Amino acid sequence: MTGLRLAAVLLAVFAASFALAQGDPRRSGYREMGPALQKMQDDDAANPAMLFVQAGAAAWAEKAAAGKSCADCHGDATASMKGVAARYPAFSAEAGKPIDLEGRINLCRTTHQQAEALAPESDGLLALSAYVALQSRGQPIAPPDDARLSNLRAEGAELYKRRQGQLNLSCANCHDDHAGRKLAGATIPQGHPTGYPIYRLEWQALGSLKRRLRNCVIGMRAEPWSYDAADYLALESFLMQRAKGMAMDAPGVRP
Amino acid sequence: MSRALAALLLLLPGAAVAQQDSMPSLTGKPGDPARGRAIVANRTVGLCLLCHGAPIPEERFQGNLAPSLAGAGSRATPDQLRLRVADAARLNPDTIMPPYYRVDGLTRVARSFQGKTILTAEQIEDVVAYLASLKD
Ligand code: HEC
Ligand code: HEC
Repeated sequence: MTGLRLAAVLLAVFAASFALAQGDPRRSGYREMGPALQKMQDDDAANPAMLFVQAGAAAWAEKAAAGKSCADCHGDATASMKGVAARYPAFSAEAGKPIDLEGRINLCRTTHQQAEALAPESDGLLALSAYVALQSRGQPIAPPDDARLSNLRAEGAELYKRRQGQLNLSCANCHDDHAGRKLAGATIPQGHPTGYPIYRLEWQALGSLKRRLRNCVIGMRAEPWSYDAADYLALESFLMQRAKGMAMDAPGVRP
Repeated sequence: MSRALAALLLLLPGAAVAQQDSMPSLTGKPGDPARGRAIVANRTVGLCLLCHGAPIPEERFQGNLAPSLAGAGSRATPDQLRLRVADAARLNPDTIMPPYYRVDGLTRVARSFQGKTILTAEQIEDVVAYLASLKD
């Protein structure tokens, strides 16, 4: 490492600890929850998402039609997948466009495993995402420093601020301007994507960040996008950038 | 500008404000405060309690994004309340209070709600009658 780079790294580390000392105003959804739910998330024996993680671990080792399993290429996920979920969405040279973690999993399936893509919100896709995301527990969210993502992030930022739907609300109206307040019985979180996929008690199921965003969009009485829409990818990219440096705590539990 | 016109303009702001601050009845008939209360209490019809508190004790989970509706009838006339419910953005363009009786100027409205106001004219009148009954 050159002296200059070392200095830059030290500066970054210093800046990060300084931000921490100053009290980072960002709060994860986990921090907004009551102690009972926090305990449920923290305890792997009580966190319902861990059942999906187990299924994901099994799927990781399962050979597909072309004879290859995820493990055949990536080895031990606890080592090779560490920090991976923390840096998606990312630009994929293979796909020629930005993709999110689910997109990456499906790209591996269709190209390297010659298997069918898993459907959005299917148990199979959620299980693999949860298993991969678990390997980033405690890792800081680290969006790639990649100019090919800039447009997508800017689009996401614009969408986040744009009012939409019959109720004429924007994401920012709730998650920036009124976070911490009560929307009926629910505390409005700042909307950080640290814990996805999450087990949501209201769903009685595991769900992706897209499903969560879809819920908010429907709540605003706006037309929900289809699961493969670039709009979700833009919002996800923006939210990850906004949560840069926050610790991943997937798979989360939410009310 | 002629002196007469200037004098006229001086008079106008007061009149304009009075006009902008209120909205006449949408139906010409008085609303029903009991029905209005039920609309306000209903989370999928009025949605009011998502954001506001109100003296409706049987509804436990009330929001605190917005001022309490208690005493609304002492703070504003029925015509003023109607404007605030129908289209609060006319008073405060940055408001998060949804426009309950407006269909224009909205983006990406869900298909099932397109071209529809959140509440009907009759429902607005019922809600206004209920709010007007909330005296401190
Ligand atoms: C009217 C208020 C409101 C609007 C508008 C809204 N949300 Fe939300 N959002 C909520 C509430 C309340 C929750 C938490 C629900 C719960 O706890 O069950 C939430 C949850 C979330 C979460 C999950 C956070 C976590 O910790 O798990 C994300 C991410 C999010 N919203 C993003 C968005 C985006 C992006 C938009 C716009 C497309 C949006 N929201 C619009 C109220 C809103
Ligand atoms: C998404 C949030 C939200 C919802 C839902 C909502 N309001 Fe509001 N309302 C507000 C806010 C915030 C204000 C404060 C004024 C402003 O910001 O313009 C307000 C202001 C008002 C006022 C004026 C209060 C005053 O003291 O000046 C009335 C009356 C009112 N709302 C009634 C209602 C009724 C009735 C409903 C349901 C039919 C409703 N609101 C639904 C957010 C909301």
